[in-house]
Amino acid sequence: MKAFKRGLISLAVAGALAAGAAQAQVSDNVIKIGVLTDMSGLYADLSGPGSTLAARMAVEDSGIEKRGYKVEIVSADHQNKADVGAAIARQWYDTDKVDVIVDVPQSAVALAVNQVTKEKGKVLLDSGAASSDLTGKACSPNTIHWTYDTWMLANGTGSAIVKTGGDSWFFLTADYAFGHALERDTEAVVVKSGGKVLGKVRHPINAQDFSSYLLQAQASKAKIVGLANAGGDTINSIKQAAEFGIMKGGQSLAGLLVFITDVNSLGLPTAQGLILTETFYWDMNDQTRAFAKRFAPQYKGIHPTMVHAGVYASLLHYFKAVEALKSDDGTKVVAKMKEMPTDDPLFGKGTIRADGRKLHPAYLLEVKKPSESKAPWDYYKVRATIPADQAFRPLKDGECPLVK
Amino acid sequence: MTELFGIPLQALLGQLLIGLINGAFYAMLSLGLAVIFGLLNIINFTHGAQYMMGAFGAWFLLDKLGVPYWWALVIAPIAIGAIGVVIERTMLSKLYKLDHLYGLLLTFGLALVIQGLFQNEFGSSGLPYRLPTEFAGAFDLGFMMLPRYRAWVVVASLVVCLSTWYVIERTKLGAYLRAATENPAVVQAFGINVPRMVTLTYGFGVGLAALAGVMAAPIYQVSPQMGANLIIVVFAVVVIGGMGSILGSILTGFGLGIIEGLTKVFYPEASNTVIFVIMVIVLLIRPAGLFGRER
Amino acid sequence: MTAEPVAPAESVAPKAAVPAADPSTRAFAVATLVMAAALAAAPWVGVYPVFLMKALCFALFACAFNLLIGYAGLLSFGHAMFFGTAGYLSAHAAKVWGFPPELAILTGAAASTLLGTVVGVLAIRRQGIYFAMITLAIAQMVFFFYLQTPFTGGEDGIQSVPRGRMFGVLDLTQVMVMYYVVLAIFLAGFVAIRRVIHSPFGQVLKAIRENEPRAISLGYDADRYKLIAFMLSAALSGVAGATKAIVFQLASLTDVQWQMSGEVVLMTLLGGMGTVFGPVVGAFTIISLEHFLAERGQWVTVITGAIFVVCVLAFRRGIVGELSAWWTKRRG
Repeated sequence: MKAFKRGLISLAVAGALAAGAAQAQVSDNVIKIGVLTDMSGLYADLSGPGSTLAARMAVEDSGIEKRGYKVEIVSADHQNKADVGAAIARQWYDTDKVDVIVDVPQSAVALAVNQVTKEKGKVLLDSGAASSDLTGKACSPNTIHWTYDTWMLANGTGSAIVKTGGDSWFFLTADYAFGHALERDTEAVVVKSGGKVLGKVRHPINAQDFSSYLLQAQASKAKIVGLANAGGDTINSIKQAAEFGIMKGGQSLAGLLVFITDVNSLGLPTAQGLILTETFYWDMNDQTRAFAKRFAPQYKGIHPTMVHAGVYASLLHYFKAVEALKSDDGTKVVAKMKEMPTDDPLFGKGTIRADGRKLHPAYLLEVKKPSESKAPWDYYKVRATIPADQAFRPLKDGECPLVK
Repeated sequence: MTELFGIPLQALLGQLLIGLINGAFYAMLSLGLAVIFGLLNIINFTHGAQYMMGAFGAWFLLDKLGVPYWWALVIAPIAIGAIGVVIERTMLSKLYKLDHLYGLLLTFGLALVIQGLFQNEFGSSGLPYRLPTEFAGAFDLGFMMLPRYRAWVVVASLVVCLSTWYVIERTKLGAYLRAATENPAVVQAFGINVPRMVTLTYGFGVGLAALAGVMAAPIYQVSPQMGANLIIVVFAVVVIGGMGSILGSILTGFGLGIIEGLTKVFYPEASNTVIFVIMVIVLLIRPAGLFGRER
Repeated sequence: MTAEPVAPAESVAPKAAVPAADPSTRAFAVATLVMAAALAAAPWVGVYPVFLMKALCFALFACAFNLLIGYAGLLSFGHAMFFGTAGYLSAHAAKVWGFPPELAILTGAAASTLLGTVVGVLAIRRQGIYFAMITLAIAQMVFFFYLQTPFTGGEDGIQSVPRGRMFGVLDLTQVMVMYYVVLAIFLAGFVAIRRVIHSPFGQVLKAIRENEPRAISLGYDADRYKLIAFMLSAALSGVAGATKAIVFQLASLTDVQWQMSGEVVLMTLLGGMGTVFGPVVGAFTIISLEHFLAERGQWVTVITGAIFVVCVLAFRRGIVGELSAWWTKRRG
């Protein structure tokens, strides 16, 4: 970004400054982190400025600066546009000496940044994006996909629900690639676990009224209505499902991609009983609670989502690898990160697979009743824990060219 | 069971009713747009943002001040309408002599500003608004369960739309309004304060949008984007109905709600697009819209 | 730039602003050369070339749009469909069919021209706001088409488009080579538009804009002229969109969304409708703003909106229009 301002100032002074840029290139002791996220759109609450905050906390907590490394953080808004995201990433790598990009919610942007990162030999630690292609067909020696993906969500929620008797499904799917992926993966899990899919309806994204689709779901008599959508669409589906008495009629809702910020926005009276899967919940143990206690006051009271946690934890591990290698060469650092076992306060002990997939347990959660909630943001009870080795797609099914 | 195109007749009836309810929102919103366009010659792109402000107004009243839904129905539209009056006085009034595309561009910009400010203040995931307890439960219509609140929305919207139509088409005040549309200079000469009438009309149109927003708050998520997603559709409704035609916008609003509802059954992916297909066809066959006249 | 008098611009197609901002041939040649030289030198003095390429693509897009609004008086609210169509087609041609970049861009441009012809035939039958609405509606349908067809890859878009070698010799993976190719494309388009405006065809177009019945009574087939203008505009928008797809190696739904149509209106309005250099200035200003604002993300929408408001209220002639008006006044 600096280089760009430079350019704009004037053609005349720029010559001198270009010489300055050449100097910065040799100082490899600066680790520059680029937080590329959605600052102004649908995902701004669950990632956005909170991700920058999480990155800052990771730098503080790692203590890396005390050991002589200089760390800088820049952040930018990709507006959920793949071309904007790719352009920012390119410029960060080309002129601003950014070493690692973190977060990048929204799959299309993440896939584009993944490509640029590979081309430039840098590092992408993705936390916010859902697409399991990042460690599948599009996997890269420079990318680590930390927090969650569509396969894991589908598997966690799908198989757990079928096991507890929810064996007939109806899907409400956002007519977008990620919606299709969620639906496809969940359907596969449901069928494999012995359930069946009675029907599905695909709605345009950012629809406001879901009652028509909910009536179709109701008419299907399926036990479970699976919501393969995100953000405002999921929120409105849940709100209107309550209004039309879907739950009272004996059907249950399964949110395939729900964040704690969505639950907060719905309120417990509406969201209660919803089943969902996440890999992080702030109220799991003392360490996660301590993190949330520091995080929330600095972020308008919003408690950390799993995306924020992923940004924090992935950076801690990144610093360890950099210090072990004494280098910030992208490809080498990622290889080192995969080699070293992970251990951080938020996700516990884990590993990173050859395809770039971070492995940790996933939690099947249920939204509490208003009467069960004792404090603000006390929203979930843990119904089941899916161990790390079962939570994510098996390595061989991913079609990742890196593992053959 | 009787079937039509492979869908049970009863289910189809339910879908038609749902479409009608959505049409109620379209009708109220497009009515406001049509009133504003009719008198001010301004295409009010801020309408979606004003609808959103209405919903936020209701939330604010309940959450911060403890003012219940029924009062919000009155207070929020008046408050947002007053903001509309300020916008009209300070900005729109400067544009009346210009091509109406400038009005469109200005209100488009305003909508972005308002939406952005709300997003910064309240975040992107939106806020909950509880269904008023009076409306808990549903009517059993035999072919579907109709939530009481939805029934209220249709009735209230019909009352609002028809009384607006009555005032404009059948009363003396309405006659002045219509005359001022045709020839403001002459009406002014009769001793009527045309600029003030114009200002109040804008405020009224904005108030209608805010009213729709309050009514939407219990069933749709109160979020900064809620209006942006709707404005283009409502816009299409007004164009199809005939710009400036009061009755046209009401009938088209309900009609398109029903067509959209049917699309959601037969080809749900296209439910956002079907309105534009109709818009192209209508504009090619009847350039001034179904109920409009070319001006 | 010019010494002709200026009257206040009132209509949306700023009739009176045109003479003021329409430099004479010599002035135009000088100004264009200065602009070309500055752009050619810019990457060597520290301006980031990828940023410049993006701005150039949008500048060409805005110029193409301006041809329609500024000189034919037609406000299209669906121009993203041409920009995006060409992007998709050229990306597909380069990636799947293995076309070299020049053919890929031509394929994209041809597709938009074709689309422009069909849309043009339908849309030019209506005027003013109805014209805008028809183009908007068709653009929404085009958007839906791209959302549904499998080859576009949904919201992920067509990614990792190869840049390849232009004419078999220019290696576009080299940033500077790519940059000069984009610059050449932009300049060619820019000069072509200027040629069109100053040809007899352009004069007739302006006559139709000023007074359509009179032009028709003079024996001009107004619809045919408007259609050709529409096709030209679509074709050049297509060149811009196709080039952008090759530069960013990506074609996505963003480029066919109605917000993109709004963005090009904003660029043209800000720079100055109906001025030759206005759209270029507008595009560079908006793209620069977006770059700056990317850091303070939440404010992007607010500031973009505020620019619209200020433009309409305070300077409807746009940056270039106001500047040349001021210049004229000072000299006159």
